[in-house]
Amino acid sequence: MNFGERIPAIYGWGSYIPIYRIKLDDIAKAWGEDPVVVKKGLEVEEISVRGPDEDQVTIAINAAWNALKRAPEVNPKDIGAIYVGSESKPYAVKPTATIVAAAIGASVTIRAADYEFACKAGTEALISVIAQVASGMIKYGLAIGADTSQSWPGDVLEYTASAGGSAFIIGPKSTSSVAYFEAQYSVATDTPDFWRRDEIKYPRHMGRFTGEPAYFKHITLAAKELMEREGFKPSDFDYFIPHQPNGTFPIRVALKLGFKIEQVKPGLLSPLVGNFYSGSSLTGLSRVLDIAKPGQRILLVSYGSGAGADAFSIVTQEAIEEKKRLAPTVDYYVNRKKYIDYATYLRFSNKIYGL
Amino acid sequence: MSIMSVPKAPRIWQLAERRYRLIGTQCLKCGRVFIGPRKICPQCGSRELRDIELPKRGKIYSYTVVRNPPVEREKQGPYIIAIVELENGCKLTTEIVDCSPEEIDIGTVVEAVFRKIGEEDKTGVIYYGCKFRPVK
Ligand SMILES: [Zn+2]
Repeated sequence: MNFGERIPAIYGWGSYIPIYRIKLDDIAKAWGEDPVVVKKGLEVEEISVRGPDEDQVTIAINAAWNALKRAPEVNPKDIGAIYVGSESKPYAVKPTATIVAAAIGASVTIRAADYEFACKAGTEALISVIAQVASGMIKYGLAIGADTSQSWPGDVLEYTASAGGSAFIIGPKSTSSVAYFEAQYSVATDTPDFWRRDEIKYPRHMGRFTGEPAYFKHITLAAKELMEREGFKPSDFDYFIPHQPNGTFPIRVALKLGFKIEQVKPGLLSPLVGNFYSGSSLTGLSRVLDIAKPGQRILLVSYGSGAGADAFSIVTQEAIEEKKRLAPTVDYYVNRKKYIDYATYLRFSNKIYGL
Repeated sequence: MSIMSVPKAPRIWQLAERRYRLIGTQCLKCGRVFIGPRKICPQCGSRELRDIELPKRGKIYSYTVVRNPPVEREKQGPYIIAIVELENGCKLTTEIVDCSPEEIDIGTVVEAVFRKIGEEDKTGVIYYGCKFRPVK
C-alpha cells in the first residue's frame, strides 16, 4: 500500500485499565453456574471493573495522558484531530473527543468526533487519523479505543465484558516515531451477531452465531486480504493481534490463519482482564509495543459486530526502545489490582437500577 | 428534583479545563504559584500573572476519612479527602482513590488521575477533573 511521502506512524502509545477485578468464580457463583465449566469455555480468569467514579471518558483520558508521555516531541497544540471509538459513551449525544481535547490541552482548531462500530470503533478512529496524517490534512492526530463494556446481568457476556482502553499519537514517519503503518485493509457485511437498540441499556447477541459467521469469518477475510494484497505470509509477522472477546477465539483464529501460538500470546490480554470492546485489540497492540524490538512486523486485526474487521500491518522502529520507559506499561496496570465481590461489581458498574 | 432541573453547567464548564489539567496561576513578578485563577498576586500585588500547568505528583500532607457522606455521595463512603502537597509546594484539597484508608499515610506519594467528580443528576451534565492515587 502506497501512503505517498507521508507515511503514518505511531509517536506515542498508552493504556489504562481500572484497578478493580472480579473473578469469574464469583460471577458464576452469583448465577448458580459451574465456574470450572465457564472458565474452561472462555479461558478467562478474571475481568477488570471500572471504579465508581470511572467511565469511558476517564479511561480514554488516562490512556491519552500515557500516550502523550511517550511522545514528548509532540506539542498537544499541534494535534489536529482527536477521534474516540466506543460503545459505552456516558453521553448518547455529546462527544467524548471534545472532553479529551480539553484534558490534554489541545488547540480549539481541531477535528474531534466519536466513532461507533461495536468492538472495532477504536480502529476506525485510528484509520481516520492515519488517513489525515498521510494526506497532509494534519501533522499529528490522537486515536483512542476505550470502553466500560456493557452486558446484561446473568448473560454469558458478563463473564468477559470489562473496562479499559488505549490511545495512540500518530504523525508522519520520522526518526522519533516508534512504528509505522505499512498497509490497512477492511471488510464489512450486514451481520446481526450482536447489537444494542437505541435507549436499551445492554447489548444482545446471537450466542453461538457470534463465532463462525461473525468473528472468524471477518477476521479471516481482513487478514487474508492484507496478506494477499501485500504479498505477506503468516511467518513474515513477529506478532499477530486479533480482537479478543475471550481467551479461546484469538488462539483459534490465529491457528486457522496459519500463525503459531508464540505470535499471538504477547498481545493476548483477555485471559487476564477480559474484553474492553473498542479498546480490546488496541490494548493488545499497546502491550506488544511495550516489548517489541525495532524492525519487527505486527499484524493487528480488530473485529466489530454488525460486522466488520480492520487489518493493519505495522513495523517497529529504533525510537521504540527509548520511549518504552516513559509511561506505565500495560502489564503495570494488569498487575495492579484489587478484588471486589459480585455485589460491589454491580454497584460500581451501575447495574443496580435506581441508585 | 424535577427531571429537567435548571443546569448549573455554565458556571462549572468555565473552570472545567483548569480542573481537567490542574492549571494554576504564577505571578510573573515574584514567581509565586497559586492553585486557582487570580487577577492580582496576593503576595506582591502584581497584576502580571500567567496560567501554568501544576505538577501531577505530590505527597499527602494531611487527610481524613469521610464516613458520613453528604447526600450527593450517599452510599459511596467511606472515602478519603486529603490535602496534597504538589512537587512545587502548592497544596490542594482532593480525593484519594484506588485505595483504602489503611494503605495511605501522611507522606504517601500520590499522582493525578482523571476521574468523574459528580453529575447534576442522571439526565444532566457530568463533571470531570483530577483526583489522586498512591504511586506504586
Ligand atoms: Zn507576586
